Amino acid sequence: MQSKMKESDPILEVKNLSASTDNLPILKGVSLTVFPGEIHAIMGRNGCGKSTFSKIIAGHPSYNITNGDIKFLGENINSLEPEERSQSGIFLGFQYPIEIPGVSNLEFLRVSTNARRKFLNKEELDTFDFEELVKEKLEIVKMDQAFLSRSVNQGFSGGEKKRNEILQMALLEPKIAILDETDSGLDIDALRIVASGIKRISNSQTGIILITHYQRLLDEIKPNYVHVMSDGQIIKTGESDLALELEKKGYEWTDNFIKET
Amino acid sequence: MVNENLVKDVVKEPYKYGFVTDIETEKIEKGLNEGIIKLISQKKDEPRFLLDFRLKAFKKWQKMKEPDWAALGYKKIDYQDIIYYSAPKQKEKISSLDEVDPKLLETFDKLGIPLTEQKKLTNVAVDAVFDSVSIATTFREELAEHGVIFCSISEAVKNHADLIEKYLGTVVPASDNYFAALNSAVFSDGSFVYIPKGVTCPMDLSSYFRINSGDSGQFERTLIIAEESSSVSYLEGCTAPMFDTNTLHAAVVELIALDDATIKYSTVQNWYAGDEEGIGGIFNFVTKRGKCLGKRSKISWSQVETGSAITWKYPSCLLLGEESVGEFYSVALTNNLQQADTGTKMIHIGPKTKSTIVSKGISAGNSKNSYRGLVKMGTKATGSRNYSQCDSMLIGDQASANTFPYIKSQQPNSEIEHEASTCRISEDQLFYLQSRGIEFEEAVSMMVSGFCRDVFNQLPMEFAAEADKLLALKLEGSVG
Repeated sequence: MQSKMKESDPILEVKNLSASTDNLPILKGVSLTVFPGEIHAIMGRNGCGKSTFSKIIAGHPSYNITNGDIKFLGENINSLEPEERSQSGIFLGFQYPIEIPGVSNLEFLRVSTNARRKFLNKEELDTFDFEELVKEKLEIVKMDQAFLSRSVNQGFSGGEKKRNEILQMALLEPKIAILDETDSGLDIDALRIVASGIKRISNSQTGIILITHYQRLLDEIKPNYVHVMSDGQIIKTGESDLALELEKKGYEWTDNFIKET
Repeated sequence: MVNENLVKDVVKEPYKYGFVTDIETEKIEKGLNEGIIKLISQKKDEPRFLLDFRLKAFKKWQKMKEPDWAALGYKKIDYQDIIYYSAPKQKEKISSLDEVDPKLLETFDKLGIPLTEQKKLTNVAVDAVFDSVSIATTFREELAEHGVIFCSISEAVKNHADLIEKYLGTVVPASDNYFAALNSAVFSDGSFVYIPKGVTCPMDLSSYFRINSGDSGQFERTLIIAEESSSVSYLEGCTAPMFDTNTLHAAVVELIALDDATIKYSTVQNWYAGDEEGIGGIFNFVTKRGKCLGKRSKISWSQVETGSAITWKYPSCLLLGEESVGEFYSVALTNNLQQADTGTKMIHIGPKTKSTIVSKGISAGNSKNSYRGLVKMGTKATGSRNYSQCDSMLIGDQASANTFPYIKSQQPNSEIEHEASTCRISEDQLFYLQSRGIEFEEAVSMMVSGFCRDVFNQLPMEFAAEADKLLALKLEGSVG
């Protein structure tokens, strides 16, 4: 599907997306378009639908799309399985990366990377070649090799889990990365590491969506657009200074937007 | 939900070994009484001591009560409604494989256990047991050169009566339990292994048990003796056709290890488990026990239990010899309406004895999976140690897992360690793996084999790979 695309075509085009879980509407008509090279930030109160939005893009089975379209590289992906979305270049960095006991991190990363490589018609890597590649990427997140021999996220500190997410992103080289509160719970050093990791994969060909509460990540990575989400809708879109204003005035300020609209 | 649909979409891989071999069989009438036992013994042309052994066992069995302490629920077994001897009709005396009914050879071929000279597995000797009789044993001559005896127990009764008389029933006495008593009365065939002093068995030995008939029970008996400083690795596989009735399988396995001897006994049990509604399947009531008689002897059980409607099985070790070692590595997987109550007993009698228990129970569907284990330190077991680890994994929210560890210590100078855990494969874990490009099925099997890794590491190589595949297959479509 990439061949059909022009460089100026959007990577992700979400149109009027509504979704529910257990018949409870969570998203109520979200539209968002990300062009290559763009960084978008989504902000908003807890429970406003930010995380749901990211999970739906990644294909979480608990949510039903009731209306609208998700187009990725020009193709509707509403019905694709999560693994198909990942293989084709959608990456979700989880807010709470889950622990998977007994599954070695190295093997997990290798199988995951190979699934993406297979999709890209690249040669799949054996354990030795993969170790070379992963060593290189470990540098980006300043992680020790010992991380690889542990079980996926098991016993990792909050910061280590987030760095493991960035490591996965660096290995998968996605077309679009949606990072769900990757910055929360990080100390200043870890935040810098994560931010520099994000910068490393961000280029004129990729898109990034940062879901965050804090200006401090946006100080490191300046977004082109900031969206404010409330009750399952994007109620305001602005440039990076919108985040600053939001930080100053708080989400209460955004309540007025709803009244305005 | 997408996952639920997926589950329905995923083709339920049918039980691969569910076929029935259409072969003329010789069956005796249903029911159990002294006459039947005499008939079995007569058919097998047994010496007097064995008939006495059987009859004594039968008397004991009649006075015993079927145990009800296991966390199992099943329809009462009517012991008079079972055929206790069923054998494919063939020539009286078979001197070579060429005389074996091609249908039987074909059956084992289909099961992946080719027996003929041209096709037989090169690295493992096989004893193939079909219903009540042993069909063939490969590599006998080659093994004989090393002094290793590997044959059916019926043959051993004829050719090595001294060994049988000396050891049969010394590890699992007929009065041990209800099912052992039943087996002692009616056992029909099984394998016999004798490793002489100082010999390391040149290849793995294996028995393959096939139940073909729907209305007869299988009561096999296996006896393995490892003399001083010898060692052997023994593998056991089991399958059965799909019937909508329950078939009883009550086996007894006895292992004896003398000074510095090692016996490694691995099982992959894949009896027919019944269908999704719990109709049919094998009732598997098995007594397996090893006696570490000699100093520094070692008996290691590893088992992968995936089949049977009911599994009641506790491969155990009696650690008599000083510094002897017992091990139990188990993966028990239950799905749909399967029930398993399995574990081990490590009885430390001699000083400085050591035992390790690693049990992994996986319950999916509406199944019930219990670990039951006893660690006992006797008064003389000074300086002895046990380590137990029992982990349960739940898949879905209808399955159940129990752990019943019993610990008895009469020796203050001994150590017992027990660790237990329960985990669940959650939708979020699956989504995490899937969102990294890993297919649903692969994600499940990755998590399950990760969970079982400690046990799989103990299995012989080809077995480990098979076990991994078997688990993946069994679990297909069970996660939702």
